Amino acid sequence: MYSFDIQRPTSVADAVAALGTDEALPLGGGQTLIPTLKQRLSAPSVLVSLSGIAEIKGVCTNDDGALCIGGGTTHATVAKEASAYPGLAALAGNIGDPAVRNRGTIGGSVANNDPSACYPAAVLASGATVVTNTRSIAADDYFQGMFATALNEGEIITEVRFPVPEKSAYMKFEQPASRFALVGVFVAKFADGVRVAVTGASEEGVFRWTEAEAALSSNFSADAVPAAPSGDGMISDLHGSGAYRAHLVAVMTKRAVAAAS
Amino acid sequence: MPKDHGIGASPKRREDVRFLTGAGNYTDDINVHGQAYVHFLRSDLAHGKINSIDTSTAEGMPGVVRIFTGADFEGVGGLPCGWQVTDKHGEVMKEPAHPVLAQGKVRHVGDPIAAVVADSLEQARTAAEAIVLDIEELPAVVDMGKALESGATKVHDDLSDNLCYDWQFGTDTETTDAAFKSAAHVTTLELVNNRLVANPMEPRVAVGDYSRAGDDYTLYTTSQNPHVIRLLMGAFVLGIPEHKLRVVAPDVGGGFGTKIFHYAEEAFCTFAAKACNRPVKWTSTRSEAFMSDAHGRDHVTKIELALDKDNNFLAVRTDTKANMGAYLSTFSSSVPTWLHGTLMAGNYKTPAVQVNVKAVFTNTVPVDAYRGAGRPEATFQLERVIDMAARELGVDPIALRRQNFITQFPYATPVAVEYDTGDYEATMAKMEELMDIGGFAARRKASEAKGMLRGLGVNCFIEACGIAPSNLVGQLGARAGLYDAATVRVNATGSISVMVGAHSHGQGHETVFPQVVAEMLGIDESMIDIVHGDTSKIPFGMGTYGSRSLAVCGSAMVRATEKIINKAKKIAGHLLEASDSDIELKDGMFSVAGTDKSVAWGDVTLAAYVPHNYPLEDIEPGLEETAFYDPANFTYPAGAYACEVELDPETGKVTIEKFVSADDFGNVVNPMIVEGQVHGGIAQGIGQALLENCAYDENGQLLSASYMDYAMPRADDIPHMASYVVDHSCQTPCTHNPLGVKGCGEAGAIGSPPTVVNAVIDALHSGGHTHVSHIDMPVSPSRVWAAMNGQ
Repeated sequence: MYSFDIQRPTSVADAVAALGTDEALPLGGGQTLIPTLKQRLSAPSVLVSLSGIAEIKGVCTNDDGALCIGGGTTHATVAKEASAYPGLAALAGNIGDPAVRNRGTIGGSVANNDPSACYPAAVLASGATVVTNTRSIAADDYFQGMFATALNEGEIITEVRFPVPEKSAYMKFEQPASRFALVGVFVAKFADGVRVAVTGASEEGVFRWTEAEAALSSNFSADAVPAAPSGDGMISDLHGSGAYRAHLVAVMTKRAVAAAS
Repeated sequence: MPKDHGIGASPKRREDVRFLTGAGNYTDDINVHGQAYVHFLRSDLAHGKINSIDTSTAEGMPGVVRIFTGADFEGVGGLPCGWQVTDKHGEVMKEPAHPVLAQGKVRHVGDPIAAVVADSLEQARTAAEAIVLDIEELPAVVDMGKALESGATKVHDDLSDNLCYDWQFGTDTETTDAAFKSAAHVTTLELVNNRLVANPMEPRVAVGDYSRAGDDYTLYTTSQNPHVIRLLMGAFVLGIPEHKLRVVAPDVGGGFGTKIFHYAEEAFCTFAAKACNRPVKWTSTRSEAFMSDAHGRDHVTKIELALDKDNNFLAVRTDTKANMGAYLSTFSSSVPTWLHGTLMAGNYKTPAVQVNVKAVFTNTVPVDAYRGAGRPEATFQLERVIDMAARELGVDPIALRRQNFITQFPYATPVAVEYDTGDYEATMAKMEELMDIGGFAARRKASEAKGMLRGLGVNCFIEACGIAPSNLVGQLGARAGLYDAATVRVNATGSISVMVGAHSHGQGHETVFPQVVAEMLGIDESMIDIVHGDTSKIPFGMGTYGSRSLAVCGSAMVRATEKIINKAKKIAGHLLEASDSDIELKDGMFSVAGTDKSVAWGDVTLAAYVPHNYPLEDIEPGLEETAFYDPANFTYPAGAYACEVELDPETGKVTIEKFVSADDFGNVVNPMIVEGQVHGGIAQGIGQALLENCAYDENGQLLSASYMDYAMPRADDIPHMASYVVDHSCQTPCTHNPLGVKGCGEAGAIGSPPTVVNAVIDALHSGGHTHVSHIDMPVSPSRVWAAMNGQ
């Protein structure tokens, strides 16, 4: 790791100001950034830790019934406190291991948009809103490909607002080594339709499986899940071909539908 | 009732107190005053010609003490190979130079190019980034088949090709061919024994120290065998006389074979300590471990099994390509040959067994012994082809094995070794009982009701352990003896220090060895401590690998203790005014047979060191004895393993529901430790079978270079303890060592991979996927799914 300065602001405003300097990087739970720094693959002159900002931590329910999770909230806290949205709480409780869950944050995960991360599937399938220090971004506009998002430099995720579906479930098939999602499918059934988001599979990052959404919106049962999507554009690596991942998309969708509650 | 002390008891591991309370003393815990740190600049290319290395900028950077390149090591030797294999034409193997730092070319990703010694590790890393390399990338040779093609790029330009040796062993070709011609059935299987990274919990560390006062060196290192390192590094690499070189391997956090070998970093730190006149420390990162620790396995094999019309085995013929990597690691050449070919008869009375092995150089990390070393490769191919033959012939795989078992001992195999003892029927029957084979059909039904396929896999294995008789291994090309040594030092007050050549890096010697000595002397185990791992304290022993510690070093300890007893009886006889031939030792008391005259252990030991009343005319004072022990033969542990898997036909995921091992280790000193060894070994075998995959791309880039892509077995990959049954109640004691022990360290890793794969194939066939005859390890979900779907 190269040497750097660290700042620990206690408000979003101070954090934004600190990030205004050149080569400053925000540090959430550090589950991606710290290993990157240790490998000397990143060399920020300033790290702005977001972990001391109380106003972006915690879980609450909005007047409109949406579950609001502060960007600095750890996975462990979401697992424990997001009982209003059981599918989401279960997802958070199954990310990584206890050490990861006690450090990693939802804001960090969503900002990083790792193509194999769990949270992006929940955010997209829920039609959630990503709230930053400057604006609100609809999930459909937010995710822009592998590790790419609508965030501007220096923009901080302060909250993620999840409409709570009638039924939901997340099914993850783990990559054997990292135990990230080889394929993860989040199914959310709302009064006005079903949303299905897939992580781990596509070279474009998290995506909505619209064929399944259409089929499940008219018949919410595992049998209604369409045949597997094409393997074209799916990730192909040591742990599985694109065709295998495409196959798993259908299998995990069926299982998520069956498990949805 | 189980014993509560001595041989056969299961006292808790005394070393665990310090390990579990953070009081262990590992090499990285050792910091020598004034030490500097080294960072190795390693090749990120698999193959390249070094045009220039410009260190001028880096040398001026803060904290830099000195920067070394290959040129600094031109005056010293290369890393030696400890075993010379002679090929089937009578030619000795090709033995390319293995410089401490790359000279002329880089030959694998991770090959060290330069070493920066600086006041701090961060300074060394930063300076290394300022080294300007001009390395011309050359085509990489990765696939062994391509490496052997004529005109292939050569890993070593001074060799004629990439073939290290072409070895043939066992039954002659004419006899073998005739057996195949006469066969009623031949089963042929082509398979890969997957390359593994050992991944001990503690990465390698070396601290070199040099004293101008005595012109002597100390190397602290993570080694399984400090005397071997002292000999190899002193005599072959750096030219340091052994009396000027001390090698210390303190607490070592797991070895699994990969810490047997002499590595460049050890030689570097020792050399640089003098060159810089400062102690030099290197601590491997996990990333470095992936690309600099010797890898394991990596065989590609075609095996054929010939059977007669009654399903008797007639012949086995194998054709293996074994990856050596870019250089010959210390014992690499012996693994696919003498540690592999000699086991190809397995547990079976097959009259003809012929083994063919081509060892191949590639642009990959060197490959060497890893838990089991050659024997897992032998077992895997043999037990897979037998299972496949049973399926082709429609016979029960257990019955087919049973029918062909060796039943008379000693048994001389067609592959040069003589099994002294064994009872394969006993372990098979024990396995069947513990597995409840009869209940399998019902369990399969229950799995199918959940939409899962269930498979039963069985396997038998034999291994050659207690490595080994020096005169034999010398004939086979070993450049070292393979005896071991122990010194039993009885102190004046009766407590004992036992200095042993074996090295404990997880095995539990500090608990087990005192059990043996305590049993022999009839004293409390707490009076006995084991000293190991420091060449300045222990006799010249060969260290720990090949399940040899108790069988070889333990035997030396027994011999030394016998000498102690003989001398102590003389002293006791003098004190009791009786002939020493009338003295009996029981429960720590020496008594005159048939009388009530006795003297306690402590009185005898005190007399030895305070010899006021002592037969000085007949014997020397003191009570300290050393014995070297060189066994008459290998030992031959064997066993029968079984497992049941559930296979999810939608995802291809395999879960191990139950695992049973029935081992014959001969006599067992500490059952708890033996069970732990087998649990761990099976876990490693499950790792190889289902998870672990060290993969390179065609350019020689390591694809599985971290735990993000290299899957180690975790607790939930292993069956729950209630379904993880290890049994060692079948015991045919070794006939040639004094303890009758055979060794248990590697059995689990040898016996389990084919067990798992056999079970997976069984599950697939039960689900109608009868076109799947084999899946290469690791049997990952994606590979299972691809096989099911013909992809």
